[in-house]
Amino acid sequence: MAFGLSAMRTLAAAFAIGTAAPALAQAPAAPSGGPANTLDAVKARGTLACGVNTGLAGFAQPDSQGVWRGFDVEYCRALAAAIFGDANKVKLVSTTAQVRFTALQSGEVDVLSRNTTWTLSRDTSLGLDFPAINFFDGQGFMVKTSLGVKAAKELDGATICVAPGTTTEQNLADWSRSAAVKFTPVVIERLEEIVAAFVAGRCDAYTTDVSGLAATRAAQTKPADYLILPDVISKEPLALGVRQGDARFADIVRWTHYLLLAAEEFGITQANVDSMMTDPRPEVQRIVGKTGGLGPMLGLADNWGVTVLKAVGNYGEVFKRHLEPIGIQRGPNAQWNKGGLQYAPPFR
Amino acid sequence: MPESVTDPRQLRLPPKRPIRLSWSDERVRGIVWQVFVVGIVGSLFWWLWSNTAHNLAVRRIATGFEFLRREAGLPIAEHLVDYNPTDTYFRALLVGFLNTLKVAVVGIVLATILGTLIGIARLSRNWLLAKLAAVYVEVIRDLPLLLQLLFWYALLQGLPGPRQAMNPAEGVFLSNRGLKLPWFEWTDAHSFALLAFVLGAIATWLYARQATAKRLLDGRNRPAWPFALLAMLAVPIGIWAAMGAPFTPDIPKLRGFNFQGGLNISPEYFALLIGLVTYTAGFVAEIVRAGIQAVPHGQWEAAQALGLHRGQVLRQIVLPQALRVIIPPMTSQYLNITKNSSLAVAIGYQDIVSIANTTLNQTGQAIEGIAIIMLVYLTISLSISLFMNWYNGRIALVER
Repeated sequence: MAFGLSAMRTLAAAFAIGTAAPALAQAPAAPSGGPANTLDAVKARGTLACGVNTGLAGFAQPDSQGVWRGFDVEYCRALAAAIFGDANKVKLVSTTAQVRFTALQSGEVDVLSRNTTWTLSRDTSLGLDFPAINFFDGQGFMVKTSLGVKAAKELDGATICVAPGTTTEQNLADWSRSAAVKFTPVVIERLEEIVAAFVAGRCDAYTTDVSGLAATRAAQTKPADYLILPDVISKEPLALGVRQGDARFADIVRWTHYLLLAAEEFGITQANVDSMMTDPRPEVQRIVGKTGGLGPMLGLADNWGVTVLKAVGNYGEVFKRHLEPIGIQRGPNAQWNKGGLQYAPPFR
Repeated sequence: MPESVTDPRQLRLPPKRPIRLSWSDERVRGIVWQVFVVGIVGSLFWWLWSNTAHNLAVRRIATGFEFLRREAGLPIAEHLVDYNPTDTYFRALLVGFLNTLKVAVVGIVLATILGTLIGIARLSRNWLLAKLAAVYVEVIRDLPLLLQLLFWYALLQGLPGPRQAMNPAEGVFLSNRGLKLPWFEWTDAHSFALLAFVLGAIATWLYARQATAKRLLDGRNRPAWPFALLAMLAVPIGIWAAMGAPFTPDIPKLRGFNFQGGLNISPEYFALLIGLVTYTAGFVAEIVRAGIQAVPHGQWEAAQALGLHRGQVLRQIVLPQALRVIIPPMTSQYLNITKNSSLAVAIGYQDIVSIANTTLNQTGQAIEGIAIIMLVYLTISLSISLFMNWYNGRIALVER
């Protein structure tokens, strides 16, 4: 029940910013982390605090044993493996759409791996950086099949469920203006509550990122009763987020993502990473840390690549494990040489 | 304390003597300590302020209230004033503020009425009525409000969809999109008529006061209803008719996905209102009961000896005296309703908290957003407190 809780947490976080030790150079142990020394603070604490969704199938959701699983969770584990050599040294913090930025700003989490769209205003005014886009998404609509709607333009006069404090909410308002489609919004913060309202018929349509729609649809008892409309009304580059002003930590996050991409490109998998140690290709040798000394340049161990890949596998494997079961295709998230947008710079 | 009972010894002031600049002078000690404490509190606030400003600057988080002038871009379903997503954040927050007022004011009125009825019912000589009221109070008071709100909201979502809406009367539709009522197109003539009605009500009140004062002097009864009829009904209708008597009915019709036209009460607003009213009425009922029971039994007996029947005794003798006990705790309940309305976030009613939360999320300016929420609640709460304290002072026992 995170209703006023979110407000409470925002308030607490705002207060934390006020009382945090003045962020002079030497305060890595300050509760706020300070902008300059996230890596040292994380190492001193012994765990990486990683902000994830409150429960979105495929991205971050506890399984029947209560263990959090999903695409976003794998990125948290990959980062922990890169930093500590142990993917389990991670503390997952579930954050609603409304508290996520404050949680990161105030140091409650070190990194956001949580379906967050990278926009100019977020990049510049929130005190955040978005080092890597790990999922290219777009906003869509889901309706009940029984409604008989086949395209978003037919939604004129409809009631639409949307989560507050998201780019989704603003895109919806923009789209309604440009497409001259009038709608009534129903905004509820908690994902479970808003999905429940949509399923109960409070809204004609539910809008969020297409990946989120697919996840919600897959979680219903009868997915066939729901239809995701073909229209995609926005670009939603979902990116990992870190505090601004800590280039070193941002590098680690960025290159951990590229590591997963490059590994897929060169065919390095969770299973064959050990045998790849003897692979003759120079770039593979640099990725697994045999040559090049790339790990220490990031402030990590030489064999960081091997540790990460052993823990979570490459990008394709992570995608296949968590997103394909809920019906999400690679689409724009395919490798650049397979017609997609995912492209890792050289490991050199 | 009234002058008649003032102890004459208290009128004598202690002898004046010059302040000595010495630690042994208690007035000097007092001043030193007060300056010290104020200094500590002041520097604590200064430290918090400057530290926050510094930290925000170091983290490159935007500050200030510039954002209020920017385009909000957030859709709001219910608004008392015109609103478009192209309007500014300031206007969006104003809409949220009015939405909070809308639920708080209506909630306070309804909770007072319902609570008073239940409180009186609990003291009824009718066994069944008294027990039902007791069960209501015990059940409602003991369940968390959030749970009740979610219950009401889930209940309203269980209503049929708009295409299978219940239609209990011509033009009235009840569905999971809310309650649709027939209405008419509001024009200037209606606004003026409403204004005339409000002025008429004030005039009637003044007239009634005058009439009572005169009756106390000469004993002649001057009924106020002819004046009330004239001021509150005839004049507004006359104004409306003089302006051309515009009346275009606006009957809700099912078009496309939903009903168009008519007056709409959304499920979110209704769930929040009914949840707040039923919950708070439980507390109000107990306050009313306590107030009535605080009036000595002799008052009942004395009034009955004068030949008044039970209802008269309650209205004329007991309730006016009970009000003195009821008003102070009632003020707390009114404040509670206002503050509890922030639970709206859980069921999607866009009150000030919901909109300020979205604003602070989109602009990233948490401290400013929280400050706005605090300012709004402080303003509403202090207004309620001031009014209730004024009213309390008015009805307090006048000692002669």
